[in-house]
Order: sequence, then structure tokens, then C-alpha cells
Amino acid sequence: MAGGFDIRRIDRRIIFALIFIAVAWPLIKPMRLPIGVSPPVQTLYDAVEAVPPGAIVMLAGDYSPDTMPELQPMTESFIRHAFSRDLRIVVACLWPASPPLIERAMTPLAEEFGKEYGTDYVNLGYMAGGIVTLLGMGASIPNTFPTDYGGTPVSQIPLMQEVRNFEDIALVMDVSAGTPGTREWVQQVQSRYRVTLASGVTAVSAPNFYPYIQSGQLAGLLGGMRGAAEYETLVGVPGSATSGMDAQSIVHALIVVFILLGNVVYLVSRRPAGGRTRQGRDAA
Amino acid sequence: MRREIPLAITFLIGIFMLVDFFVPHYRVSAAAEEMKQWGTIVIAASILLGVGNIIRVHYRKIRRKREGWPYSIVTLAVMAVMLGFGGPWGTIEEGSAFNWMFLNMQVPLQSTMFSLLAFFIASAAYRAFRLRSAEASLLLIAAIIVMLGRVPLGQWLTRNLPEGAQLQELAEMVMQYPNMAAFRGILMGAALGVMAMGLRVILGIERSYLGGEK
Repeated sequence: MAGGFDIRRIDRRIIFALIFIAVAWPLIKPMRLPIGVSPPVQTLYDAVEAVPPGAIVMLAGDYSPDTMPELQPMTESFIRHAFSRDLRIVVACLWPASPPLIERAMTPLAEEFGKEYGTDYVNLGYMAGGIVTLLGMGASIPNTFPTDYGGTPVSQIPLMQEVRNFEDIALVMDVSAGTPGTREWVQQVQSRYRVTLASGVTAVSAPNFYPYIQSGQLAGLLGGMRGAAEYETLVGVPGSATSGMDAQSIVHALIVVFILLGNVVYLVSRRPAGGRTRQGRDAA
Repeated sequence: MRREIPLAITFLIGIFMLVDFFVPHYRVSAAAEEMKQWGTIVIAASILLGVGNIIRVHYRKIRRKREGWPYSIVTLAVMAVMLGFGGPWGTIEEGSAFNWMFLNMQVPLQSTMFSLLAFFIASAAYRAFRLRSAEASLLLIAAIIVMLGRVPLGQWLTRNLPEGAQLQELAEMVMQYPNMAAFRGILMGAALGVMAMGLRVILGIERSYLGGEK
């Protein structure tokens, strides 16, 4: 390979360019590959379906804009699913950047379903404290969140007259990108107050939460954009996660090709040539 | 006394929170709830300390012209702009400058930073996943199954294979058995570690939180 193209020393910018094309091409020209539904997503969907109409569910927002491409579609699908079943939603956040992101998803969907703020849904905003806040909510949600996101005292909000603590919440959906997040909800809330808890997390952190599904502490799990796309499929309204799955398919396939190519080159370079390994040739 | 008083407070509060967990009496619960609200207030106040610390660290960096000091100017300037607009005109009103900057600057900037991961993962995977040993080979095979099984393309490619051999099912099997077993072990180890650390803090054996002195 001397003097020619050496794949072992490939410029990483070439890899970046190929990844860019792999992401952009399916977004411009969608392939619309069919999306199957995995058991953790199906059980989450079934858990929401099992909540009787009119009941109150909580949407916990524990993420920031960096993870929006993966997590915002989950928030949107959950709100759509809840509103379509006439569930009422209380939003509470442990991350300061979450309330406006949830507001961004909530406002158009509330309009679409004809839901009224204060009666059908409420955004309590952000409260500092992490685990301490969760434990405080176990005792009293109105005491822990004395005002909503807009500064209105919760005593003036009709929906909040029916909410004292987790006993009044039929299901909690935590959309989480880290700490405090799903792990804290499981350890501090589900195990102590026996709340039905479901979760949506980033793809990179999803493997951490599988033990909680098997133990029954999580009623379901959405893992990354794939989980969001599966949930969109079940809810029946394809969104940004579904359209992103083609791009993710091609990128994953390309990465697998890179890995295989890297290994072929690695194995060839290790094979003894003329009685000497590559290391031996290099040393010579 | 500078160390003894904080240690005594930690011991009393720690023991009381344990009592609250095991004794469901309304008086204990009421006192514990009050304490949790104090905790929330203390943590909220610590955000102010964080802001003060950011200003101090970056101010020093700029004054001493350490490597990357122009970025510190940007950090402090942006913080001042956000505080300047958020304070007098509010942070949540639709159309407010703070909200506009959050949705139109912070959201796309942070999303872009996170998206860059795809490029680095691709480059790292090309270089890092090597068939160097039996363990590395297992990791490589599992990675390929999960990467392809978690996307519709993998499902489509193996759609004609018998049930149980399709990539989506294999990926779910990797997640539900070997992955879960490993993470359960890690979780148990971490939980035991947290309990041990909690006891050390309550009993005053672990004192690094007081300022690093043994």
C-alpha cells in the first residue's frame, strides 16, 4: 500500500462526510421501512391504555434541549396518547430546562384536542432538589410545587384540588436524560409509594433500565429514537422519530460496515507475510 | 467546633430520615416533610452559589489570560445577557426575549452538540472494535446484533428468517438476558456502595464533604 491509498490511515473527515450523507439522504428521500414494536414499548402503551378515562397522570420532564431529538417525540406521543384517552396531565420537572420544552409540545396538542389549562392539564414547572423534591411530592405535591410554571398558586387551579400526593396519580411517565431522572423515580417513588411508573430514556442509557422492567418497577420503557418511533406507531400518528428511523437505519448499517472493514484490514495486517508479521515488517 | 457541629447535624438528620422511612407515624412524617422543604430551599440557594462560582472561576481565567480565556468572556457575556433579559422581563412569557433566546439559540445549539456524537461514535467504532480476543469478539458480535436489530433496516433484512432468528428478536434477547444480568450486578454493587457510604457519612467516618480534610 506504500504510496497508495491506505485504509488504516483514512482521514476521519471522510468518515464524517459519509455519516453526513447517510443521515441526510434518507431524510430527503424517505424509505419508509416498517417499524416493529418491542415488548417494553408495548407494555408501556398497554399501561397507559389501562388507566381509566378522567384519571390524572403525571408527566415528569427530566431532560434538556441536547436530547430533544430522542426525547421530545416521546413527550409528544405521551401527551397525544393521554389526551386521546381523556386523561388529565400534571407536569412536574426536576430539570430546569424541561418546562418550556414540555410547554412547546403541550400547547399545540391541547389546542388540537380542545383541552383547557387548569382543568385538563397543568404545568407545575421546575423545582430544585432532585431526590428531596421527589420525597416531598410523596408527602404533598401542592406543598412541594406551591405555584405552577406561570406563577399561579396551585390553590387557584381546579385540577390541583384533586391532587394531594402520588395516591392521586394513576401513572407517572418520566422522560429522562440523566440524573435526577428515571433511576431516582424508581428508587425514591416507585419502590416507596408503589406508583405505576413508565419511562422514556436516551438510547445510550436504555440498557441500564432493563432490570427495572423485569422486576416490574417500570411498567414500560421507550429507549431512544427507536422507542419513540415504536410508540408513535402504536399511538397511530407518525412524527419526527418515525421519520428519523430511516436515517438511523442507514447510519447504523454504515457503522457496521466501518467496523467490519476495520477488522478485515486489522486481520490482514496481522497475517504473517514472508515469515514476518506487520509488526516485524514495521520494525525492519 | 467547626467540624463537630456539622458532623452532629449530619448524624441527627441522617438518623431522623431513616426513622421516617421505617416509622409511619404522622408526627414523624410531618417533621420529615418540613425537613424536606428545608432541603429544597437549601438546594435552591446552592444554585446561587453555583452562579457565584462560575463568575469567580471565569473571571480569574480571564484576568490571568489562561488557555481558552476568550471563551470565558463568551460564557460570562451570555450569562449576563440571559440574566439581564430574564430578570426584568420574565423567563416564560411567549415572545419574551429570554424565551426566544432559549428556544431559538440554546435548543438548536445543544441539539447540535449532541448530534455530533454520531460522527465521533462512527469514527471511534471503526478504530476501536477489533477482534483482538475472544471477549472482544463477543462484544463485537453483540454490538452488531444490537445496532442492526434496533433499527428497521435490520428487521427488514431478516424478515424472511424463522421467528427467533430475526435481528430484532436477537437484539431484544441480548438486551433482556446478558445485558440485564450485567446491569443487575452493577446495580446491586452500586446500591451496597451507596449504603456503605451513607452509613459512613451519618457516623462521621466519611468527612470529605466538610472540605476534604481527613
